[in-house]
Amino acid sequence: MIVHTVRRAVFIGLVTGIAAWHLSLVGLIPAFAQRRLVGDTVTFSYALLVTLLVLAAYATGRRYPGATQRIPWGMLSALSAGLMFFLLALVLTHLNLRQILLNATPELARVLTFGSGATIVGLVRVLLISLLSGLFTGALSALPYPWGRVIVSAALMTLLLGLLRDVLGPLLPRGVTSFLYGPAGLSLAGALVVFLLAAALFALRWSRRANGVTARAAAAVPSTFRQPVTRAVLLLILASVPFWAGLFLSNVADFVGFYILMGLGLNLVLGFAGLLDLGYVAFFAVGAYTMAVLTSPEVGQRFTLDFWVALPIAVVATVFAGLLVGLPVLRMRGDYLAIATLGFGEIVRLLVLSDWLKPYLGGAQGVTRIARPNIASWRIDSPQEFYFLILVSCLFAWFLSIRLRDSRLGRAWFAIREDEHVAQAMGINRVTAKLSAFAIGASFGGLSGALFASLVGSVVPASFSLLVSINVVALLVLGGMGSLPGVLVGALALVGIPELLREFQEYRLLLYGMVLIAMMLFRPAGLFPERIHRRELEEAVEEAREIAPAEIATGRG
Amino acid sequence: MPLLALQRVHVHYGLIEALKGVSLTVEQGEIVTLLGANGAGKTSTLRAISGLVRPSAGRILLHDIDLTHRKPHEIVQFGVGHVPEGRRIFPRLSVEENLRLGAFTIRDRAELARRQEYVFTLFPRLAERRKQPGGTLSGGEQQMLAIGRALMMQPRILLLDEPSMGLAPVLVESIFEVLQRLNRDGTTILLVEQNARMALDIAHRGYVLETGQIVLSGSARDLANDPRVQAAYLGAA
Repeated sequence: MIVHTVRRAVFIGLVTGIAAWHLSLVGLIPAFAQRRLVGDTVTFSYALLVTLLVLAAYATGRRYPGATQRIPWGMLSALSAGLMFFLLALVLTHLNLRQILLNATPELARVLTFGSGATIVGLVRVLLISLLSGLFTGALSALPYPWGRVIVSAALMTLLLGLLRDVLGPLLPRGVTSFLYGPAGLSLAGALVVFLLAAALFALRWSRRANGVTARAAAAVPSTFRQPVTRAVLLLILASVPFWAGLFLSNVADFVGFYILMGLGLNLVLGFAGLLDLGYVAFFAVGAYTMAVLTSPEVGQRFTLDFWVALPIAVVATVFAGLLVGLPVLRMRGDYLAIATLGFGEIVRLLVLSDWLKPYLGGAQGVTRIARPNIASWRIDSPQEFYFLILVSCLFAWFLSIRLRDSRLGRAWFAIREDEHVAQAMGINRVTAKLSAFAIGASFGGLSGALFASLVGSVVPASFSLLVSINVVALLVLGGMGSLPGVLVGALALVGIPELLREFQEYRLLLYGMVLIAMMLFRPAGLFPERIHRRELEEAVEEAREIAPAEIATGRG
Repeated sequence: MPLLALQRVHVHYGLIEALKGVSLTVEQGEIVTLLGANGAGKTSTLRAISGLVRPSAGRILLHDIDLTHRKPHEIVQFGVGHVPEGRRIFPRLSVEENLRLGAFTIRDRAELARRQEYVFTLFPRLAERRKQPGGTLSGGEQQMLAIGRALMMQPRILLLDEPSMGLAPVLVESIFEVLQRLNRDGTTILLVEQNARMALDIAHRGYVLETGQIVLSGSARDLANDPRVQAAYLGAA
């Protein structure tokens, strides 16, 4: 029995160690060594390594009921993982592997031993940190619910704030910034304050939820009043972004907006109608190139149109592109549909890249000098000004999505997603339903592309790679297929955060893979699953209705 | 003129011929049952009628309308309701949404509500679970939902594919009672069943299919007394 337990603990530790080796040797861990989160010592790399130790201890310990077992076995697991860290550091110090593994530097060895190098001191330091991580994890998980969760959330929040120093720093009042942040990352005092504040907030939220305070408070205000007010406040915050966010953040917000538009478009096709389109970038490209060709003086017949004339043409062009893609793949499903649409995405990219169409589409150099929009005498030029245009487009697409979801067409899409044969036997015309999904879905992507072309001012084929399609599918999976708030969350998480954290760029695909696997394991329906959410709301309303007459009746009796 | 008539209908799946010239008729107000072993072509017959497979030869007539090469969604609108084998309800949609989809072509909300209430009077269990996702219903409830969904179109003829499959005997009995009630209310039914005894109990007439051909037909009573039917489908010694 005890042998088995020891073996399991060590095994989990070793697996964690191998994961750390992988992350180290692909360069993820050394890349973050310069990023300080708290004070001078806690770098992002260290945070990642400690996170791995904590995960190992947690995975080992969670099987056992009490702290007396969780702590020792968790510590053993973390210890084995820590030994693996040190082992790699040792190898790196004494063997030169840089011929094969670019990131196998002595610097990495220092990072893996938390700054000491592969010496006795380093070994002691690694083992000590591992033991402490195991101890803390065991103790935390043994705390009564929800304290462990509150502390972990607060710690993560602190690290996140440290990570976002360069973004948040300029936004906060000068005094707050200089107190919270040091030269890099949070100052020690700032970290402490943030941690305590976050912990207090999480604890408060939990206790309110546990007591049903939020539900009761919400019920006190009639929803006919509450909903418009929340919406107005949200809208106001959204509309005010360019005034406080500055150039860089506005730019990021614009790109998030482009992906929200595309996400909403693909959501109609994939989320509602269940048609896996892996070539969605084709529509983005058609929109962008239509805008480019029509408004730039460089290509084609050298005529130029106004932005506002070209925009509807671009959208209509993508609708036709949607039909063009939809028609031949009507009978395809699942994997076959995915492969066929993947091909379409590539065809569009290759066409715009080709020498054959170079006189019209600019070939590899692309098209520049694309028109910017004017409203009366106001020329929309900067990312801040563009933000409004994108916001209005997103709101429009959002509204349309809601209307479509609740329409007959939306119901037809759901039915096709669930069971195509039976949907037909219910009197649903498969051809029109599928084609309208492709066409309307494409038009959102075209709108996004046209705005993108105008904001950037130029289009090049490289902007329309397969990665865009993958991004859009991934953000839907992350947010929850068919869920509109999910599109928002997905776009923020997959486009917004990587834009903010430049070091991530190179490891984007690695992180996508990890995030998607984690999603499939822990939240297969997405972060914001649509239907369950809606059902719960409906049931709550229903219950309220059922309670109300009963109360009246008892009042009379 | 019969309500439904199949005239020498052939169906091919690739090289395999599932129906080899099936002819049958269903009169207005009848329950007609189609008996046969696995693979005899019962499901193919129903799928051909509702247009889910294309007959390679022959004609299918609904009263005076030629259904032969119509699309499935058109055939539904002419009044053919199909309850597919294995129920095939929409598992993630609620009971109500399933029913609404059954009457997809009806735009009048009041009419929709009226028909839904009719289904709920036939199957009170469904009314209790109207907000529940279809996939969380029991097998019997799912069968009720599948039948109710087909009834939402107020079909002139109801095609039922193995409604007793995988259900407890008590449930089968109650489903068959509902079918009889529907028939008394005027719905014509074409019933495919493996449970020949139950089917012949409620049917007026029947056909026996073997390897894609009708080998025997007659009134339900005659079939039930026919020694060949008894030996093959009723398990009598």
